[in-house]
Amino acid sequence: MLKISDLYGKVEEKDILKGLSIDVKPGEVHAIMGPNGSGKSTLGNVLSGRPGYEATAGSVTFKGRNLFDMDTEERAREGLFLAFQYPVEIPGVSNMEFLKAAVDAKRKHHGQSDLSSVDFLKLARETCKRVNLDASFLKRGVNEGFSGGEKKRNEIMQMMLLEPDLCILDETDSGLDIDALQVVADGVNAMRDGNRSFLVVTHYQRLLDYIIPDYVHVLAGGRIVKSGDKSLALELEAKGYGWLENEVA
Amino acid sequence: MTEQVESLIKKDYAAGFHSAIESETLPPGLNEDVVRFISAKKEEPEWLLDWRLKAFRAWQEMEEPTWAHVHYPEIDFQTISFYSAPKSMDSKPKSLDEVDPELLATYEKLGIPLHEQEMLAGVAVDAVFDSVSVVTTFREKLYEAGVIFCPISEAVHKYPDLLKKYLGSVVPQKDNYYAALNSAVFSDGSFVYIPKGVRCPMELSTYFRINEMNTGQFERTLIVADEGSYVSYLEGCTAPMRDENQLHAAVVELVALDDAQIKYSTVQNWYPGNAEGKGGIYNFVTKRGIAHTNAKISWTQVETGSAVTWKYPSCILKGDNSVGEFYSVALTNNFQQADTGTKMIHLGKNTRSTIIAKGISAGRSDSAYRGLVRINPGAEGARNYTQCDSLLIGDRCGAHTFPYIESKNPTGVVEHEATTSKVSDDQLFLCQQRGLDAEKAVSMIVNGFCREVFKELPMEFAVEAGKLLEVSLEGSVG
Repeated sequence: MLKISDLYGKVEEKDILKGLSIDVKPGEVHAIMGPNGSGKSTLGNVLSGRPGYEATAGSVTFKGRNLFDMDTEERAREGLFLAFQYPVEIPGVSNMEFLKAAVDAKRKHHGQSDLSSVDFLKLARETCKRVNLDASFLKRGVNEGFSGGEKKRNEIMQMMLLEPDLCILDETDSGLDIDALQVVADGVNAMRDGNRSFLVVTHYQRLLDYIIPDYVHVLAGGRIVKSGDKSLALELEAKGYGWLENEVA
Repeated sequence: MTEQVESLIKKDYAAGFHSAIESETLPPGLNEDVVRFISAKKEEPEWLLDWRLKAFRAWQEMEEPTWAHVHYPEIDFQTISFYSAPKSMDSKPKSLDEVDPELLATYEKLGIPLHEQEMLAGVAVDAVFDSVSVVTTFREKLYEAGVIFCPISEAVHKYPDLLKKYLGSVVPQKDNYYAALNSAVFSDGSFVYIPKGVRCPMELSTYFRINEMNTGQFERTLIVADEGSYVSYLEGCTAPMRDENQLHAAVVELVALDDAQIKYSTVQNWYPGNAEGKGGIYNFVTKRGIAHTNAKISWTQVETGSAVTWKYPSCILKGDNSVGEFYSVALTNNFQQADTGTKMIHLGKNTRSTIIAKGISAGRSDSAYRGLVRINPGAEGARNYTQCDSLLIGDRCGAHTFPYIESKNPTGVVEHEATTSKVSDDQLFLCQQRGLDAEKAVSMIVNGFCREVFKELPMEFAVEAGKLLEVSLEGSVG
């Protein structure tokens, strides 16, 4: 699904990723953990093609294609989804309008016709229910005046509607209370179907109690310094990140 | 991103074609004889000629205003032709079948079919081409309801009492430099009268087109809504692409008598000049309405065209409990300049006004909101709410706000809110990460920004306005 080999990347003029490699196979859930400033968010931004984030060396293939041959919107239409850590507001643009445009853009890319408004509304309402959001929420502006929890649930809802092949969750757990965390995790778990892959970027082990990863990687200084299974996350929880940095150094 | 924005707002002006129609055009220049010629051409009564001459003499004494935040070379009025009419209109056609097919084709091309059976149901159109009204549709149906909708040149003859009573009653001849000029040389425009208690059965609309070169357009619109009546009126405009600047100086007067309501919507798409800032229309317009007791006047405008815009649709809230509203979207791109806003003059008790102004600047353009809210001593309990938002696209454009507030009654309440924002990289990225291309994303963001104003427009117009913004913005991201 996603093969990252010896990736180097910079933000503006600062080198952040320094030789990162991960191989995510279809259906797998990989957790990426690490201390602040280790490059966790940079990874998601480089992969999704955010302006200002640049890959300087190494390679990334997504579904067998060179990821960097595709522009931002093509990666999205091909099924790469980034759930934002800080979803931005777009005042006056209704969620409904925004979501339909996104779904239609993807359908068009795959040679399908636009959904009718009626069909889409039905689908969107059902999806709202799945993430515990009231349907009236579709009429509100994108993220406009949403609480932190609503914004994150909105991200999960978009993920459900767009049915991506690879979901990158960028610290989706930050700022969530335990109930909202549960909703987010339920949403992700419901989407695990043996083919869809997840890259779950998080600072805390807490989220991984709900979303059980197949692999856990520790990112420090722009590289993966340790990989393991879910028990690694528990070890990190107990000991912190300090010992790893010492070990690597 | 700036570069991306830049290329997104560049697109051709779709209405920029010229129609090969033989015209009778007055040689350039302005003097009393020109005023007399226009009046004679329209076979006007003596009182109107005198009225025009009074305006012309006043205009000669006046100075061109320079207070607006716009810059353009001094206008030489001797190089402008003040009258142009399609030749085929010489013997006035009695029905659509007699109208020059080339003229009909022009409107067709602009998306304004004048054949009634092809038209949007429920919209009556008065088509004004250069200086004359070409055709007014659905007149009979309106007549049955008692509604008068005709060219103002015709109303002068058919309804002289109404004209004498109301012409210049809201915007007097000497009101300002351009209003005085218009009063002297106005050629045509629309006249609307809604009788007592009548709700006009359809939207009324006037479509202005400048075709001839070096020709100014000076139309005059007068709408009188008698007691307890209601009318919704739409105005649209376009012009061919020309390298020279062309002058458009219109006057619109609205009279809403007791308990009447007038809703006036404009989608202004005059030629804005090319990407280098050459050519385009100078749009210097005076629009004002007077609201009597319990009456309501609502202005909605979407301004995307013109090289220079200078326009302040205003309300005089004369009667107690009268209401004034102003909803505006002004988009400037490339080298366009706009200084636009409104005046709300509260005279009556418990008068209320709302101002929602949205300015969007892209390219190297400059847009300014200028608004006056005045609460006179007698306006007990008057209220105003003003909201001005500016959206910047790219980093070479400007947005300015000039609010003037004069409250002379201690019970008056005036609120003013203003914001300035940019189409942010983060918003664009969110849209692109969800699969939308940058162009679609910008147009969606800008449309969202304008939502509060668009919802005030009649349905077909709202769709039109959204599309127009999309076109005007094309090339602003790239």
